[in-house]
Amino acid sequence: MMADEAVARRLKALACTAPLHDLDARKAHLEWADATGYQMAEVALRVIDQVTLAMDFDHGADHDQVVRRVLPFIAAQRPQRPGGEHEQVGRWVLESLLNVGSVDRGFQVEYGSLDAEGRYVRHRFDFKLLVELAAADGQVYLRTTDEAINVLVGALDTDVESAQVAAEVKLENLIIRGMLGDARLAAEQARYRTVQYAEALRGKLEATERDVRSVDWLASVPELIEEALAHIESRYRSETAILNNIADARDTSGEPARRRQAAELVGIVNDCIRRHTQLQARLQEAGAVFRAEQDRQQFAGGARRGAVDLFGQLLRPCLGLGVARAGGPTSAFFAAVSGIRVPSTPGLTGLVEALLVPRVERDPLGAEVPVPELTDAAPDRFSEEQWRRCADLLELPGVSRRLSGLLAEARAADPELPSLVALRVLHAVGASVAGALGSGERGVCLAVDDGTVLDDPEFGGSDLLVTLAGVRVGDDAR
Amino acid sequence: MIDEGSPALRPRDAESAARLVSLGMRPRQLPARDPVYAGLVTRYRDEDGFKDLVHRVAAGLGLVVLAVTEQSGVVLAATEDSAFEIKMDEYARRTALQNRQADKVLHGLTHLAVAALAYPRPDDLGNDSYVGRVSVELVDAAVREACRVLEERAEGEEDPLSDAPELERVWRVYLRRPSAAATKDGRLAPDTTRGIAARALRFLAEQGFLVVVDADAGVYRTTPRYQVQVRELASARAFDELLELGVLPAATAGGTLSAAATDSLA
Repeated sequence: MMADEAVARRLKALACTAPLHDLDARKAHLEWADATGYQMAEVALRVIDQVTLAMDFDHGADHDQVVRRVLPFIAAQRPQRPGGEHEQVGRWVLESLLNVGSVDRGFQVEYGSLDAEGRYVRHRFDFKLLVELAAADGQVYLRTTDEAINVLVGALDTDVESAQVAAEVKLENLIIRGMLGDARLAAEQARYRTVQYAEALRGKLEATERDVRSVDWLASVPELIEEALAHIESRYRSETAILNNIADARDTSGEPARRRQAAELVGIVNDCIRRHTQLQARLQEAGAVFRAEQDRQQFAGGARRGAVDLFGQLLRPCLGLGVARAGGPTSAFFAAVSGIRVPSTPGLTGLVEALLVPRVERDPLGAEVPVPELTDAAPDRFSEEQWRRCADLLELPGVSRRLSGLLAEARAADPELPSLVALRVLHAVGASVAGALGSGERGVCLAVDDGTVLDDPEFGGSDLLVTLAGVRVGDDAR
Repeated sequence: MIDEGSPALRPRDAESAARLVSLGMRPRQLPARDPVYAGLVTRYRDEDGFKDLVHRVAAGLGLVVLAVTEQSGVVLAATEDSAFEIKMDEYARRTALQNRQADKVLHGLTHLAVAALAYPRPDDLGNDSYVGRVSVELVDAAVREACRVLEERAEGEEDPLSDAPELERVWRVYLRRPSAAATKDGRLAPDTTRGIAARALRFLAEQGFLVVVDADAGVYRTTPRYQVQVRELASARAFDELLELGVLPAATAGGTLSAAATDSLA
């Protein structure tokens, strides 16, 4: 049985690396580029690195940031290829690590073990390497899972605490021997541990804010805090040792490569120290968060009478059921809480119309703005000269004339003119004084029908009396 | 039908009763905004004969009258296989076939979680003047937290069987489903747990059970209708189902949303 468990554990550890190998296996089938020249597993590790490093208390990195940060590594593999392809490779690796396209965005592996009766049963192990989480502002950002951190640091299926001790021993040895490359690795490993502690603490604090009693503040949290503080303390010692050593290495070393390594290590160690300080600050605040939340939640009011406890009596038991059995209560609840649907009854006319309406294609930018078609306006029917002559004809101060006379006079001057005169006189039939006042004219042309019939070769109707009435602006009109 | 205190019912009373039932089908219409509605509600309350008539009209249509009050209006529920019933299959129609069973459970479970978060203590459900607030984030976070506690308890348990996905525990399914996923247009991916919660809240708002408080943050408040629906019907139905399955939830007076791990803090 023990051997069985060990096999299962190792198999799971192995499974976590499978998505990385899979990348290199699949790269030959990519259509958008000849990607065989890229080391995809390496890119994937870089991506996981970048996501892990960006994990702080409140934020992780978003997709664009991560791709941007791994670009130099990808470009270094095939510098002759265009930058667009590098970015595409980065995105492909990131999406593959998330397993975009699967519903759960994760991976699974099957393994078997012998049950109590000695039969072979197959189990499924689900795991994820990167997860996406929504921040308060709705932005989606990335986090590394514990599985991925384990793959990354190579400490497959080991206890956090013992791995920590081992890493430190290794670090001291390395520094003594002056092996900076390995020292850097150890420092990085220690940094991942810090991130892991920070994650664990963040989770506990969040849970506390929701409900003080959901987190074990008697034993498990104090334990976690103690462990984390011990971790910080020991790291502080190690890092001081590294800094002292590096100072020596940097100053005494004649090799440029060694100097560069030392300088890089300084950067990493400084980052470690920053993270430790941050973690320490959080650890110190943790107790205060607990006390504040306890006060707040204690005074939130107590229960007075019993009814159904939705969370404890319905939701929690449902979560514990198997999928098939949970279907009953959850569907029953849904059916009862969803209210009623009023069936719509389409009339035949409405139905036909609805069926004939073409599908509306939605464009994210909205409808296209139509370009107005500009055509030349029709030229005026009457020339300016004709307008002027017509105005002269209708200039009738104090006298009134018959339309027939005006038409005859107009016809004599210009065969087109009578039409204009007729139109203007017709317009004058209902002329309004207010309009003339408004446009500031001094007179208004008036036409009155006295019953006389017009005798004209072109026009018919009444022979109107036309005159020009002066407009006087009186005091009361103002 | 005719008792001492109320006048004899006439055919046109059947019309009034049917009108009251039909007003219940318009969740956004409330007695407070409609004097005719308010009048019918008063009549329902005062006249036993009319009340009985309303119940019979509803029953004939395949509906049950859950409550008729000034605050909630007429709250109706569909009987099984009635034309007014909303089927889970229609609600969760867009899911892929292979996840159907799990998806339906997640949708139902999310509705349960919305109610549980809206009325965290049993008392809130009983108190007619209580107005709950829920948000997408709150629902998802609370369910995840409950799953996490179950996961902690299940430590050492074997992984689920690969050839019997229907036996997998619901909390595992929920935990495995991502809470959010980046999409090309920046909206919530519909098959994530937040997407499912957002869908449930939107749906309940359309049904007149919730009212949007802050659309951007996805915050809603409850209406008296929703309280009636949860209290009088939904919780009881789910409870009965659980009893039938032999899962006997123990009653606690204080409510357990705020006591996710009481056993470790005795």
